Amino acid sequence: MKPLLRRLRHDLFATPVDGLISVVLLAVIAAVATSFLHWATSQARWAVIQANSTLFAVGRYPIEQQWRLWLLTALLAAATGISWGMLRSHPRSDRGGILWPRNDRIAVGLLVALSLLLPWLLGLSPAVQLRWVAITAVLVLLRWLAGRFGPQLPAALKRLLPLGLPLLYLMGMVLIAGGLGLVAVSPSEWGGLLLTLLESSFAILLCFPLGLLLALGRRSDLPLLRWGSVLYIEFIRGAPLITLLFLGQNMLGFLLPGGLAPERVWRAAWVLTLFAAAYLAEAVRSGLAAVPRGQLEAARSLGMSMPQAFSTVVLPQALRVALPSMVGQFISLLQDTTLLSLIGLMELLGTARTVMANPAFLGHNAEVYFTLAVLFWCCCAALGLGSRALERRLDPATIARSG
Amino acid sequence: MGITPSSASPSGLGAGAAVPWWRNRRVIPWVVQGAVGLTVLVVVAFLLGNLIHNLTAAGLLLSWGWLTQPAGFDIAETVLPFQASDPYWRGLLAGLVNTVRVVIAGLLGSTLLGTLLGMASFSGNALLRTLTRLYVEVVRNIPLLLQLVFWYFVVFLSLPNGTAAIQLPGVVLAKSGLYIAGFGEGLRWMGPHLVNGVWQAPLRWSVEFGALLTGLIAYSSAFIAEVVRGGIAAVPKGQWEAASSLGLSWLQTLRQVVLPQSLRVIVPGLNTQFISLAKNSSLAVAVGFTDLYSVAETTLNQTGRAVEVVLLLLGTYLALDLFISLLMNGLNRLVQIRER
Repeated sequence: MKPLLRRLRHDLFATPVDGLISVVLLAVIAAVATSFLHWATSQARWAVIQANSTLFAVGRYPIEQQWRLWLLTALLAAATGISWGMLRSHPRSDRGGILWPRNDRIAVGLLVALSLLLPWLLGLSPAVQLRWVAITAVLVLLRWLAGRFGPQLPAALKRLLPLGLPLLYLMGMVLIAGGLGLVAVSPSEWGGLLLTLLESSFAILLCFPLGLLLALGRRSDLPLLRWGSVLYIEFIRGAPLITLLFLGQNMLGFLLPGGLAPERVWRAAWVLTLFAAAYLAEAVRSGLAAVPRGQLEAARSLGMSMPQAFSTVVLPQALRVALPSMVGQFISLLQDTTLLSLIGLMELLGTARTVMANPAFLGHNAEVYFTLAVLFWCCCAALGLGSRALERRLDPATIARSG
Repeated sequence: MGITPSSASPSGLGAGAAVPWWRNRRVIPWVVQGAVGLTVLVVVAFLLGNLIHNLTAAGLLLSWGWLTQPAGFDIAETVLPFQASDPYWRGLLAGLVNTVRVVIAGLLGSTLLGTLLGMASFSGNALLRTLTRLYVEVVRNIPLLLQLVFWYFVVFLSLPNGTAAIQLPGVVLAKSGLYIAGFGEGLRWMGPHLVNGVWQAPLRWSVEFGALLTGLIAYSSAFIAEVVRGGIAAVPKGQWEAASSLGLSWLQTLRQVVLPQSLRVIVPGLNTQFISLAKNSSLAVAVGFTDLYSVAETTLNQTGRAVEVVLLLLGTYLALDLFISLLMNGLNRLVQIRER
């Protein structure tokens, strides 16, 4: 009790002014918390979320085709479980080779709790609730299997395993859009979280190589490449995203031969990609600037070719330095997808607008916005958390410790 | 002095002749640049060709005559007087003035709030530090557009009207707008007052403007707080200790010793944040405030002049960004430590 009191006194009541600030802040916190709880429990009508949960998740995706999305979710859960387990199966001295470190136990606990609570809170039918539990079970089971038996797999197979991820992405595209024997679902029927994740993942995956090329171009000794990259990067960074999306929707039809312009959803995805590439290039450039010139010279003097020196010596170091700001760009890209609602696409915010325009749910904006805010916050915070974990993993000090 | 450059060239030529041309260090750069330049040229020519072809077919070839035609739409809130019968260029100008108004107010507000927040994260009070951290983390991880529509539809549109409005000395906040005291007719000081149940005051801001400004300030100040925090953290700890051993208080130390030194780290970061605030102001269209982008969108819908409108829009925002950059670079030169 004594240390706690002393700490409280040191942290909150060190001086009279500090004490006053603390008391005022505590009063404000208490007032805000009680009024929020009052609103959330008695005034808010969460039925607007419960009744529209499918709309928020996938938009107007045809009901008879939704099994494809369930399959995709299960595949994603399986892939997550396997990669998680494989990552943990590396023997590392700093963790003492424990299969289930504390963070992992917390994560699994959270996942299980979420899979039980969230579908129940959303008022989904028991069958659908069971589906979520099953998907979580697949994830946890594969995490255990991969962690337990992953190290015994042949080395060749382990090297091939990461190739499954791009394959999975392509498969997901086919599952969502149709083709290869599946009924085609037009992009205008995609919506909600599905469209948000699709647009942002597409842009994140494609802007990376583009941004890398632009960053290398900007640091190149060849004047044409350098000035071309500078012009592109500064042009894109000088314009608000909404004007570029506007350009994409209104001018692409004029810029391409008649009928060749892609569907509105894909137009927006390409504009997002080209937009994000310019910002990513700047992040990568700062990483490249942090690598001493001697590294390139040393690699060259060892007889490596320019591409070899860049891909094996310079870029790995530069990307490690650039990682935090790159993930920062990805996070803002995820947030920027909300702008698609302004050009009439039905991503999360666009779906929210149609829901709130429904006379049955008029005047329940706060509940919808609150839910979206929590959703976005969780996605962005998770990306940030992942980035910090990756940073620690790639830190030379950590690598040296694990031997 | 006695060395002639000619002695180097034969060996250089000899080396060039010995390796095939695709490995010649002098040829490769030209080949690469030529290939890239040619590709870009072909793509641009292809796009421009299509553009001209399609525009000619649609009868919309580049012209600026439409700018002087009457606009036919009204703008709810303008500093520059504007009516539906005024030409398009005046409408676009009124939109630009509105954008500039929001940007200037936003810059001032978010700099002030952001600096306070940045300072608060170095407070001795743990609760204050935690709350600042929490604010920054919450605001930065929620999309700006979502925050803007929240401020507008949830907060500002649910304000009471008439006598129930929030009344402070000289300021009244109602659903119909923000009313501020000022000099009215005949330079007479006038506070907000009710006329037939409707508030009247010399200065009135619409709730659209209020929501946009609040949202922008709340969002940008979180980023500016991080910039200020980084700047303060860059000042050596010894400066704090030296100042406090001279008997300066926390606030005095911060204001007179630490902040002036941290400015040279803060100003370049602020530049980036100010430019993104200027660009973010284009989200005004989501809360119904008529800024430049919103006028441009209406103009395009009425005239169909896609290329001209997009060019105007991009050019204007680029100019705005450059202007802010120029100002901040000037400021940056001022705050740099001059080595003697």
